[in-house]
Amino acid sequence: MLSWFRYPSLVICLALLFSGCGEQPGPAVSDPAPVEPGVYPPRERAERLLIATTTSLYDTGLWAYMEPMFEEMYSVELDILYAGTGKAMEWGMRGDVDVIVVHDRAREEAFIADGYGISRTPFAYNFFVIVGPPADPAGIRDIEPQLAFTVLYENATVPFISRGDESGTHAQEKRLWGAACLDYDTVRASGAWYVEAAAGMGPTLNMANEMGGYALADIATFLAYQGDVDLEIIIGSGDAMRNVYAVIPLSNARNPEMAGNMVNFLTSSEVQELIGAYGVVEWGRQLFTPCAGQEL
Amino acid sequence: MDKLAEAFVIALRLIFTGDPVVMEITLRTLTVSASSTVIACLIFIPLGCVLHFARFPGRGFLIGTIQAFYSMPTVFAGLLIFLLLSRTGPLGELRLLFTTRAIVIAQVFLVAPVILGLIISALKGVDGQAADTVRALGASPMQTAGVLLFEARFAVLSAFLMGFGRVISEVGAAMMVGGNIAGRTRTLTTAISLGIGRGEVAESIALGIILMTLALLVSFMVHLSGLRKA
Repeated sequence: MLSWFRYPSLVICLALLFSGCGEQPGPAVSDPAPVEPGVYPPRERAERLLIATTTSLYDTGLWAYMEPMFEEMYSVELDILYAGTGKAMEWGMRGDVDVIVVHDRAREEAFIADGYGISRTPFAYNFFVIVGPPADPAGIRDIEPQLAFTVLYENATVPFISRGDESGTHAQEKRLWGAACLDYDTVRASGAWYVEAAAGMGPTLNMANEMGGYALADIATFLAYQGDVDLEIIIGSGDAMRNVYAVIPLSNARNPEMAGNMVNFLTSSEVQELIGAYGVVEWGRQLFTPCAGQEL
Repeated sequence: MDKLAEAFVIALRLIFTGDPVVMEITLRTLTVSASSTVIACLIFIPLGCVLHFARFPGRGFLIGTIQAFYSMPTVFAGLLIFLLLSRTGPLGELRLLFTTRAIVIAQVFLVAPVILGLIISALKGVDGQAADTVRALGASPMQTAGVLLFEARFAVLSAFLMGFGRVISEVGAAMMVGGNIAGRTRTLTTAISLGIGRGEVAESIALGIILMTLALLVSFMVHLSGLRKA
């Protein structure tokens, strides 16, 4: 019995070993990033632009849709990283990415004032919504968002799931606690009803679904998840809930011109039109409202 | 329950129709993991021999430390290599961050203690007389190490396979230094992590099945190489 096993197992081991050896240059071939600065391999799109984008734009598939267009138009390899606003800015400060797309105006302005970013260009917006179980256990349907937050805090029994990850959505949540005249740190420490997911929008929605709680979400991600979770929009729209996405090319981008191209691309009339139409077929409503040229 | 069954059906379809994205991610994962393990073996098997033969104060402590690092958290390895390769870090000028090479570097670092430790134990396990006999016959230290490694070949092979199993299943380092870029640095584990976050259950299960199959294959081989030794 044993001897029957020996031979094939050795063959598999060797095959694995040699496939490993043979493919070793693999990463090098599939990886046009130049090792030595200034020495580019002679191939098309040898150049690489790294962009860090907020998860909501990534998870809705908008970037996957726009990526080939940008690559074709500017002959560049566009590499897209997804992260919350806080992490995207951290990468930006370290110089690890060339462009960031984020949604937290106050931090964006500070980021530029500190010299990390060149300019802030809003190009699309949508709305934040408060989602929760259809039964609405806290009874906050359609009231003002800050009032709803007050009710949730005083009630202190129905879970509220916070992103808790320094993302743009998390920043909006903190603003709403402020608007409700509540100190964020007090709310945070006020009991088991306040849950910090420390995760992206999707996992946070899943957690709210499992725990039968409320969450603050951007409408686009929520629509994309709606089919998988038993949650509905309890409070929607309102100017205080506007969620503006802006693009910031970084001061120390490796190729400032290409980073600038991204701003031109996102604000061009074709792409603006495309952003406005994105998701209508799949989700039956507009996910993002284009807003290039507006001061938001 | 229906949903879960449905997800499994879609998962199997993705695997057996050779879905290009799934195949591409699988191939990249194999390439990266095999590269990491082979490179780690090339560096750390010789180093393990040196540590086995060398006699210096603190040697026992060093070996103990190496064994303690078997369980180094993958995100911690990822963080250290991220800081090293980040543009403001010491090796930032190489521009390796967010490439598959960065993942390989992080995984070599991650798996180094495992390979070092297992090689040292493997050599220790070889009958002491063998080394004495070889030396008595006039072999150089290099030749002695060669003979001992050959004697311990199955233990060496299982060190390789253990290392491979550790890197193919880790997500922390690959996510942190690779960035999970589609078509570039996405591996099975980072793709699963993204899929779960997005609620793409079927895709995640498909990738999970592939990963488990590969991991099972590896552990099966570890087991068999152990049997052979016996």
